Amino acid sequence: MFISIFNAMESGVIYAIMALGVYLSFRVLDFPDLTVDGSFVTGAAVAAISIVNGVPTILATLFALIAGFVAGSLTGILNTKGRINPLLSGILMMTALYSINLRIMGQSNIPLLNQSTVFTQLRESWSDLGVDQALTNMLVSIGIERPPSTWSILIIMTIVTFLIKLGIDFYLKTEMGLALRATGDNEKMIRSFSANTDHLKIVGLGLSNALVALAGALYAQYAGFSDLNMGIGMIVVGLASVIIGESIVGTKSITRTTLAVVLGAVVYRIVVAFALRSQFLDTGDMKLITSGLVIIALVIPKLLANHKEIQRKRKKRLALEKQMEGEHYARS
Amino acid sequence: MLEVNHISLTFNEGTPDEKKALQHIQLKLNKGDFVTVIGSNGAGKSTLMNIISGALFPDVGKVTINEKNVTLLQEFKRSNYIGRVFQDPMAGTSPTMTIEENLAMAYSRNKKRTLKLGVNKNRRAFFKSALATLHLGLEQRLNAKVGLLSGGERQALSLLMATFTEPDILLLDEHTAALDPSRAALITNLTKEVVEKTGLTTLMVTHNMQQALDLGNRLIMMDKGQIILDISGAEKQALTIEKLLHEFQRIRGEQMGDDRAILG
Repeated sequence: MFISIFNAMESGVIYAIMALGVYLSFRVLDFPDLTVDGSFVTGAAVAAISIVNGVPTILATLFALIAGFVAGSLTGILNTKGRINPLLSGILMMTALYSINLRIMGQSNIPLLNQSTVFTQLRESWSDLGVDQALTNMLVSIGIERPPSTWSILIIMTIVTFLIKLGIDFYLKTEMGLALRATGDNEKMIRSFSANTDHLKIVGLGLSNALVALAGALYAQYAGFSDLNMGIGMIVVGLASVIIGESIVGTKSITRTTLAVVLGAVVYRIVVAFALRSQFLDTGDMKLITSGLVIIALVIPKLLANHKEIQRKRKKRLALEKQMEGEHYARS
Repeated sequence: MLEVNHISLTFNEGTPDEKKALQHIQLKLNKGDFVTVIGSNGAGKSTLMNIISGALFPDVGKVTINEKNVTLLQEFKRSNYIGRVFQDPMAGTSPTMTIEENLAMAYSRNKKRTLKLGVNKNRRAFFKSALATLHLGLEQRLNAKVGLLSGGERQALSLLMATFTEPDILLLDEHTAALDPSRAALITNLTKEVVEKTGLTTLMVTHNMQQALDLGNRLIMMDKGQIILDISGAEKQALTIEKLLHEFQRIRGEQMGDDRAILG
């Protein structure tokens, strides 16, 4: 039990980077970008093929980031210069990326199990610190039977993800970031304040997909393989994280919303882990669970608000009726 | 300052829907001119505004700002010189951003946007003092999201955002038309104050004849894509709504067709 939640949190913080990317396109730019399904795999593919060919792991991960940026920018160019509708630009890019990813990998699956990855390297230098021992002893003392083999991934990835979150928070408050947000909010207005909305969209989608590809690269190294089909439904996973997080944590400010997105990704993973533990659901049902979660997260808050509104009106009506009755008696 | 030379634009040319939106428009604004533009619906007022701002390009003709030919310059580049306020109060601001963020965004109009923070201590102080000139108490609400403001407040903020960086030209496109009479009067007064204080070269489209008479030093009437009347100086000061309607009738030989213009 504990170990499956622990694993869910590990993959959750990696997926959170992807969710932050989806937040940039979907919320900030108001651009439903389906490139994500392709660029996640592009990140995994570039990292995997680089590592297999002996590129240092950090550099391989960086290559993946750049590849994602290029893919996202191309979607932006299709939309702004080619004047293709946002949804369609993303779908076209996603479809094209499927073939491109296959070209990059040369085969539909690259195993990384015997390769040295960022995480195996991390683990080596981490084990000297003795943090694992301390935390494991603590867990054993409170009665957890199968403690995780390393804490390095969870702790370091949490730090990395939060640094990225803080970077996004800062960027969205810079002069360029403000213009980017305004592009998603009111394009006509920001053009009248001399911002090149085409460039902003291209850069914004580039950044978004760079994060998605980074997450793909890290996930491939975490899971030990890159697979051509690992990106299917990724956009919905990203959306699920964004929407679940927003409905739990709220969207009062940028800082809070990005925190919501990160937590949403982790919560999503934990919920899925729980769902998969039940008797009648298996791994093939994952996409169904994801869609179900998004639907619930979208519908429930609206139903609640609606219910609240009806209650409020009823209360008001009753109070008014009572008051009128009182006046009636007073007169008669 | 601003010169519009022989501008013509036809929509849907060669089809049954063909519309000559502008025909040989000739207009020259000197520095500090405040010109009000009136005319019925479809007279070409908004089209003229869009050609000056770069949202539309003319079929023929030339637009120059400060002796610089900007006819084919893209809208976002041209807005280095131009401040705009739109009719729709929702159109001039970004609703999910705060008041100070909106101002910061507008502040970058004629500067390069960098990776420095949009709002810093100095700027915040400057924004506060600028907001105070609106007398709406917005300087106390710097961190309020603009989507929470009323239409009048948003339009006042739009006006400030368009003018506080002192563009060469200010374009006002019926910017009080969507407001209730008291809010419209407030925005009209603010417009007057701002233009007087900064001496901005201004072109204001309005449907309200009284407003067109009260504001500015020059009045232009448009009809069917042409400028049919251009009055300035003392002659403009002496103008009344009756005289204006009479003048229209004399030129066009018909009743002014737009009730809104008369009722305004």
